Amino acid sequence: MTDADGLRDRVAEFLATHDHTAMDRVEFLRARFDVGLAWVHYPIGLGGLDAPRALQRVVDDAFAAAGAPDNEPRRIGIGLGMAAPTILRHGTDAQRRRFLRPLWTGEEVWCQLFSEPGAGSDLAALATRAVRDGDDWVVTGQKVWTSQAHVADRAILIARTDPELRKHAGITYFLLDMTAPGVDVRPLRQLTGDAEFNEVFLTDVPIPDADRLGAVGDGWRVAQTTLMNERVAIGGGALPREGGMIGVLARTWRERPDLRTAGLHDALMRLWVAAEANRLTGERLRQSLVAGHPGPEGSANKLAYAALNQQISALELELLGGEALRHDDWSKRRESSVDFYGRSATYRYLRAKGNSIEGGTSEILRNIIAERVLGLPTEPRVDKDVPWKDLPK
Amino acid sequence: MIDLLYSEVEDDLRAGVRAMLADRCPADRVLARVEGDEPYDPKVWRALATEMGLAGLAVPESRGGAGASWREVAVVCEELGRAVAPVPYLGSAVVATGVLLTLDDPLLAELAGGARTAALAVPFDTAPGSVPRLPATEGGALSGEVRGVVDAATADILLVPAADGLYAVEAAHATRTPVVSLDLTRPLCDVALDAAPGRRLATGELATAAVEAGLRAGAAMLASEQLGVAEWCLGSTVDYLKVRHQFGRPIGSFQALKHRLADVWVAVTEGRAVARYAAACLATGDADTTVAVGLAQAYCGPVAVTAAEECVQLHGGIGFTWEHPAHLYLKRAKADAIALGTADGHRAVLASLVDLPAAGPPH
Repeated sequence: MTDADGLRDRVAEFLATHDHTAMDRVEFLRARFDVGLAWVHYPIGLGGLDAPRALQRVVDDAFAAAGAPDNEPRRIGIGLGMAAPTILRHGTDAQRRRFLRPLWTGEEVWCQLFSEPGAGSDLAALATRAVRDGDDWVVTGQKVWTSQAHVADRAILIARTDPELRKHAGITYFLLDMTAPGVDVRPLRQLTGDAEFNEVFLTDVPIPDADRLGAVGDGWRVAQTTLMNERVAIGGGALPREGGMIGVLARTWRERPDLRTAGLHDALMRLWVAAEANRLTGERLRQSLVAGHPGPEGSANKLAYAALNQQISALELELLGGEALRHDDWSKRRESSVDFYGRSATYRYLRAKGNSIEGGTSEILRNIIAERVLGLPTEPRVDKDVPWKDLPK
Repeated sequence: MIDLLYSEVEDDLRAGVRAMLADRCPADRVLARVEGDEPYDPKVWRALATEMGLAGLAVPESRGGAGASWREVAVVCEELGRAVAPVPYLGSAVVATGVLLTLDDPLLAELAGGARTAALAVPFDTAPGSVPRLPATEGGALSGEVRGVVDAATADILLVPAADGLYAVEAAHATRTPVVSLDLTRPLCDVALDAAPGRRLATGELATAAVEAGLRAGAAMLASEQLGVAEWCLGSTVDYLKVRHQFGRPIGSFQALKHRLADVWVAVTEGRAVARYAAACLATGDADTTVAVGLAQAYCGPVAVTAAEECVQLHGGIGFTWEHPAHLYLKRAKADAIALGTADGHRAVLASLVDLPAAGPPH
């Protein structure tokens, strides 16, 4: 029943009784969730059918072929990619029932309140405090680099609940209502001129204890689920050949014979080969995930992808020469997702600089690969067994 | 999308080959052999070709082979690379077999059974797409010289492209002069023919297509060998960095070294996807095979070289000794990066295949 044909039958049956042209979009999506055709690999009752993850594409294709509205996955990527798997894995039944449906339908947009000005690569050093007050927690601190905070309804948040413990042990994970009093979202302008991200100031923000995810003090472990999914999301993405940034460069190369030189051709072909290797690695990673063997290739893919985007966009400027001295727009745009292709080459070059910083710097990823994949010993750590409050800041 | 993973059958095959090589072809034995009179190891070849029946892996059962595919051959090549095994597998079971698969000749079954081996008489740096030929036969006899032929020293048969067709020549009729080779574990021969009798296998376009197919199979499988070389270099360096202590710490705890190995791991991980793609395309006769093979050689050759260079450097002094096997891998990696076309040559071919033309004459 949950093979590809069975799922196509289910979609057809659903569409026969739910006319998307006559129904409210959200009602249609809620109904789709309720019959288990939202994310088929999720449990029955939570939008899924306990089916293999690989079959999701069959369902999405069938709905798309019928012209049915989707849940705008790009707009709610943080919810789908990071919040949902964490809630599914660590949430109570009540939390799963409360949050997963509006997350999937896009009624509630999510953002991620993890990084802080003093806790970037060393995320576990975070200083945002959550203090217990009856049935609530009261949260005060500053978060940074938050995409979507200005449009989000909900946030996944990690905060320090016990500064007496060593830094990894005193953290707790919360599901924050972004409309709660004391939440102040301010745009953060980056070197492209855009304000794609935000700073989020939290001042005595109340969070009901019922919105705590996982045990008190277990937030670091819960956050690992989120971070692992983030790297898969950033590195992944099924693309055709030349589907990424290399396609832009290749198109310019083909259309502008006047710009070609032997040296640039050599550089172009080296990057074309590297980009194709990276694409195939992503494809192999996806096949492993579908086969139920998630490997560590996600880190490799993200690391190589970041370097490639930077090199390709840099070569594009060199190819364009004097034309690359003109930028399209320095105004403080409030984009909520990155559009590499609708902007000038200079924008691509500048925005790509973030690729090796966001979602784990390339240096931290190399540490992770060296220690967790290759099993190399860790550096001597001065902070590991020291109470957080005693760490130099 | 084509399957880039390893099947259970392939995993079993790998385990079998690895166990055999660990037993009969350990690094110290390979090293001891390289300065002897017999650089190739006939016992290892017999184990591989006859006992395990892997010489004819890509050959259909109806033609005397095992009826598997190039995907499985690729797994064998990975393991042979990992062991820098001194056997004529690439020359005979891959390139010569690839040539003969295109033709209808009983010689294929002899190679597939492992009873005899053959070598394609072209220089080892010949890339698919370019076939150097000897002059046409005179009275059915071949004359001329081919420099730097791989796996010819132990071959029973030479497959010789000439201007008037492709010939099979009994190796006993050729003069084979061993070359002092960069790659100690896969030495080359200069081959001279002086009115050597040849048996014509094919002429014209069929002969060209057969040689082309052999070289293309060679280039695809070489990528998997390069992957195996790189994996050994990475693995042995990781192991060493865990136990070697300086400054009171295992040196693998220093971030400067860790990051270099992480980069090698990324390159190996990407190389695996690329090599698998080439093997899978070749196995299914995919329309993208030419691109896949060019890509595999343009990518995996440099990966193996980098891994081997990092292996030598990160081993420090011991890595620069003759006693440590790292140099065998460095020499194999660098030789492999030139064999069957350089990365630069493959990039040039790719450029025309994917319509990214080089610069025209300056204006």
